[in-house]
Amino acid sequence: MTWDWGRAGEIAPELFTTGLKVTAQATLGAAVLAFLLGLVLALALRAPTRWVRLPVRVLIELIRSTPLLAQLFILYYVLPSALGITMGALTTGIVGLGVHYACYTAEVYRAGIDNVPKGQWEAAVALNLPRLRVWTSVILPQAVRKVLPALGNNLIGIFKESPQLALITVVDVLGLARQLGSEDFRYLEPLTLAGLFFLVVAIPSSILVRRLERRLES
Amino acid sequence: MKADPKADPTAEPQYMIRFDKVGKRYGDHQVLRDLDFTVRPRERCTLIGPSGSGKTTILRLLMTLERVTSGTIEVDGELLSHMRRGDRLVPADEKHLRRVRRKVGMVFQQFNLFPNMNVLRNITEAPVRVLGRSREEAEQRAMELLEMVGLSGKADAHPGRLSGGQQQRVAIARALAMEPEILLLDEVTSALDPELVAGVQSLLRDIASEGNLTILCVTHEMNFARDISDRVLMFDHGQIVEEGPPEKIFSDPVEQRTRDFLQAVLQT
Repeated sequence: MTWDWGRAGEIAPELFTTGLKVTAQATLGAAVLAFLLGLVLALALRAPTRWVRLPVRVLIELIRSTPLLAQLFILYYVLPSALGITMGALTTGIVGLGVHYACYTAEVYRAGIDNVPKGQWEAAVALNLPRLRVWTSVILPQAVRKVLPALGNNLIGIFKESPQLALITVVDVLGLARQLGSEDFRYLEPLTLAGLFFLVVAIPSSILVRRLERRLES
Repeated sequence: MKADPKADPTAEPQYMIRFDKVGKRYGDHQVLRDLDFTVRPRERCTLIGPSGSGKTTILRLLMTLERVTSGTIEVDGELLSHMRRGDRLVPADEKHLRRVRRKVGMVFQQFNLFPNMNVLRNITEAPVRVLGRSREEAEQRAMELLEMVGLSGKADAHPGRLSGGQQQRVAIARALAMEPEILLLDEVTSALDPELVAGVQSLLRDIASEGNLTILCVTHEMNFARDISDRVLMFDHGQIVEEGPPEKIFSDPVEQRTRDFLQAVLQT
């Protein structure tokens, strides 16, 4: 089997328009959900009552210790028949990927919040700032800044795991590559291009995150 | 008949701060026990004593950063740690705490400026969010305060760019911007490089000498204590060993424990 440039040029446009669009939608949609829901979960882990903290803790551990793929299957194949909830494949994928990563992101936020020095809370009390304001003006800006690199890593993680959505029929870059290959059983070009695409996005992103990390440290 | 402080709103309460049999325990460690003491309006008191004697705990209780284990604290005639519900005293809720806390401001050993805000925002945030000032009004007042602490040029700087001494001046301005009646100073020069101590102390001397604040100061700098206070209280093991005007305490202490402490501090 030899590399065929002509074929590569033929499939590249479709791969990088249709496929890329779906991958981008899945990644960004899941990231927004993960970053917002993660924050809600992180705050819920600090709730004054155990009746909030405990269920949230259990949910997080449950989701973190089961495979993403299993969760996607449950969402896509079990939920509609069990609860009558039907979502499109891409929506299901975004929800699954987003909730999965929200549980990791919650831990990231938690670490950031725990890292804000006690003196910051005390100064906020001494100034009599209302509790909500303490969070929005003092604690969260400092906590989020500290964990920006970790959030960046989670974003890259979501991006790299998004091809799993292919298994619930979402046609992203990788799913499309597989389809294109199956047309004439020539998988080399489409799969190589898809792999290269992930490399080309992930490597510069990782470098950016590392640079951000160094900048925040200094 | 006992005078009701609420009967005449113009009458000044006799005490700005009043501790009544206050106890504070952390686990097995009793930091304060049955502590009674009062501070008059506009009085300037310094608490001295060995570390672990409970001085800082007193400030932290007044700032509501800690809660008493037993006894009660009153600020300006109002219960701080508790509130009345019918005839009973119950622990104060957040709303009650927020109202009483308004009268108290605190400057910390570690400055505790907000690193995510510039100097101006550090000073204006609480007046805008808590006192409901307009931003212009708050900023104008902040600039006056910055002028007073000698940092007019640093309004846009971030705290991380300032020296310790400058940060502490900003922290002082930030506390004063809330117009407290009581100012708590918790070892405010202990974290500073030696060459920066004098500047912060002289600023506080000026503020103290204006005489419209009740000041409670914890410090290991005896000269500073002598300069700014009307009264010095010597603490040991959570109780007041001896108190009096600074001249008396520093030149002619009665208690052996005070003598030992002063000798140890002044030698270093």
